[in-house]
Amino acid sequence: MSSGWSLYVTLITVVFMGAACWLVWWQRKGPPGNVGAGESMGHDFDGIQELNNPLPRWWLGTFVGAVIFAAVYLVLYPGLGAYPGLLGWSSRGEYDGEIKDVEAKYGPLYDRYGAMAIPDLLAEEPALRIGERIFANNCSRCHGADARGGVGFPNLTDGDWLFGGEPDVIETTILGGRIGMMPAFAPAIGGEAGIPAVVAYVRSLSGNSGDPQLIEQGKAKFASVCFACHGADGKGNKILGAPNLTDDIWLFGGTPDDVAYGLRNGRRSQMPAHADLLDKRKVHLAAAYVYSLSHGLSEESEHARGAVSPAHPDADKEHDEQRKSR
Amino acid sequence: MSPSTAPTLSYDYKVVRQFSIMAVVWAVVGMLVGVLLATQLIWPDLTYGIPWLSYARLRPLHTNAVIFAFGGSALFGTSYYVVQRTCATSLFLPRLASFTFWGWQFVIVSAVATLPLGITSGKEYAELEWPIDLLIAVVWISYAVVFFGTIARRRVQHIYVANWFYGAFILTIALLHVVNSLEIPVSLTKSYSIYPGAIDAMVQWWYGHNAVGFFLTAGFLGMMYYFVPKQAERPVYSYRLSVVHFWALIGIYMWAGPHHLHYTAVPDWAQTLGMVFSIMLWAPSWGGMINGIMTLSGAWEKLRTDPIIRFMIVAMSFYGMSTFEGPMMAIKAVNALSHDTDWTIGHVHSGALGWVAMITFGSLYHLIPRLYGKKRMHSVAAINVHFWLATIGVVFYISSMWIAGVMQGLMWRAVNNDGTLTYTFIEALKATYPYYFGRLIGGVIYFAGAVLMAWNVWKTVAGAQPVSDAVLEPVSAHAAHSARTA
Repeated sequence: MSSGWSLYVTLITVVFMGAACWLVWWQRKGPPGNVGAGESMGHDFDGIQELNNPLPRWWLGTFVGAVIFAAVYLVLYPGLGAYPGLLGWSSRGEYDGEIKDVEAKYGPLYDRYGAMAIPDLLAEEPALRIGERIFANNCSRCHGADARGGVGFPNLTDGDWLFGGEPDVIETTILGGRIGMMPAFAPAIGGEAGIPAVVAYVRSLSGNSGDPQLIEQGKAKFASVCFACHGADGKGNKILGAPNLTDDIWLFGGTPDDVAYGLRNGRRSQMPAHADLLDKRKVHLAAAYVYSLSHGLSEESEHARGAVSPAHPDADKEHDEQRKSR
Repeated sequence: MSPSTAPTLSYDYKVVRQFSIMAVVWAVVGMLVGVLLATQLIWPDLTYGIPWLSYARLRPLHTNAVIFAFGGSALFGTSYYVVQRTCATSLFLPRLASFTFWGWQFVIVSAVATLPLGITSGKEYAELEWPIDLLIAVVWISYAVVFFGTIARRRVQHIYVANWFYGAFILTIALLHVVNSLEIPVSLTKSYSIYPGAIDAMVQWWYGHNAVGFFLTAGFLGMMYYFVPKQAERPVYSYRLSVVHFWALIGIYMWAGPHHLHYTAVPDWAQTLGMVFSIMLWAPSWGGMINGIMTLSGAWEKLRTDPIIRFMIVAMSFYGMSTFEGPMMAIKAVNALSHDTDWTIGHVHSGALGWVAMITFGSLYHLIPRLYGKKRMHSVAAINVHFWLATIGVVFYISSMWIAGVMQGLMWRAVNNDGTLTYTFIEALKATYPYYFGRLIGGVIYFAGAVLMAWNVWKTVAGAQPVSDAVLEPVSAHAAHSARTA
């Protein structure tokens, strides 16, 4: 703040606080003239009179007290322009101090877990507990409180991975984010007329029945277009994030309409990067928790997790129904 | 000038009647939208798929309807009545006054049309787009001309305290509206604020807080200063208190805006000033409450028989409560807990339902029979039922929001012994859910009272009689003084 502005802010603050005190001083004795306390001022407005009662003392006390409090506060804290206050307080300083305190208190714990390999962390219940809370406060908005995802948001508990489920890949995914992109391919497969065949074939890869003739036609189209990303066998490609089409797990739903929609319009999805949002050690712990969801948690620890955030008893059922309806 | 030679002046009641009736209509509309919003918060899918009934579009419609349509019409109507009566003269430029009525109603109808369509400038309590902003400015300046013109031609020496407050409200709202609404139009229905970033936030809350301070406080204090002594038939308790609390209130309110922006990118010094001036504002606010309640002090027995007096005393009690709560919430340490929680919603409604609406109901119940040549409302028993519905409704509403708000604040800040947050946002939301029912119940009860009032007004107006509107001769100051002290 320039010294001119600082002076201006200081001046008007002091003038207004002074004016408040002067106002009380000015009216303490009552209006000029000889109207006694409690008597009428002699005004008459549409039959309304005004009495000259004194200001209640307790009320005056609170007003003057508040002005004194404000004055003391402004001496101690920043308020009068650029003057920093005797205590040297600033909101930035308070924030930095809190961060420092938290680091001093919990830093060693996070350092220790941050240095451990993720498979080893599976044996550390407190580490998974931290990872779970980080997940609950950051990841659950898209992936769900139970990590089972939703339409367009992958289920993290089923062992099926778009970009890979190795511990370091999960960590890379959280830090850098991912973009999933399926282009609209209808023109390349014979337009609208070609869609039913490819749909039938793609669904048949996961064991869904369909018209054999359509499936046969679709197979040919698949082999000339779709194989580039999803592979000749339809098992996907983790480098591109192209889903495996043979496991009956569908990110955007597996009904004929859902698959046709994807072919016609394409699909886009994005996992945001968290490198700037979360401490690296926290990402490590969140990755450990995500990894644990599909990797051999003991029955005991499964039970312990349930105690922290009781799963919705109907969650599985609802989830399955939601998937089917899509 | 002796009465026999004076040209016959008559009070201009038509515009007062129009605004008073529309105040009742907009109260019902605005509160109905509020009830719908409270229901949507419990069942978010209620109007799913109908964009113009979505929460985000109805919420500004609710705030605009209750503040500017209901509150605004009540302020226009009562101020036109009070300024004529207390200045012992008729309105200055009555046709301009009529323009303010139709202009203001057009502004409201434009809001009802544009907000559900999603046309908004995105500034809270100032959502209306630039063409409507321009119309508001024209109507408001016309309002100032009529009001101050009437004061200029008063036939009494002094200006009554109610007019100080109405006047401060009119002047300040003109200033706030014009400065906050400076925007660059990009099309007929879209504009962008000329202020960047944190400055925009600062201007927005300078406006937002003073909309509360001058629209919802000073304006309604003007209403209180006329209708409370009239209904109680008692003199105003202390002229001196009026002087001190008026100047202190209007001088200090202007500073308090940054308390809406604690712990943000707004500089520390601005936040501090917002906080300490909010604390200094406590006593000036209470000055009005004390003056009103002490004015009633010689008429306590009327509380037993007069439901209008009940409305007024409860209104002033809620005014006192929310003007204590406000400075408290402005303290940074308290704000750290209360900010963004439903506590704020509770605080606003304790002021809006408890103070603003109740003092308006009391004043309109006094005013409407006088405008239609009746001694009292069609049903005094219905006023009493309305009083209890309003009181019970507001208590349900605000206690639900207080509990919910403090609980949210505590849950959001709870930390485990490993440094992680104890609760997720959704867990706090689940814990809040039952209190949303408490709010809906309170809101429905309060709304039922407003509907009852509309019926009572309808029946009263249906039995209208001719009104004597000849301007009363002012009582000379000397005569009044001697009569009092004799």
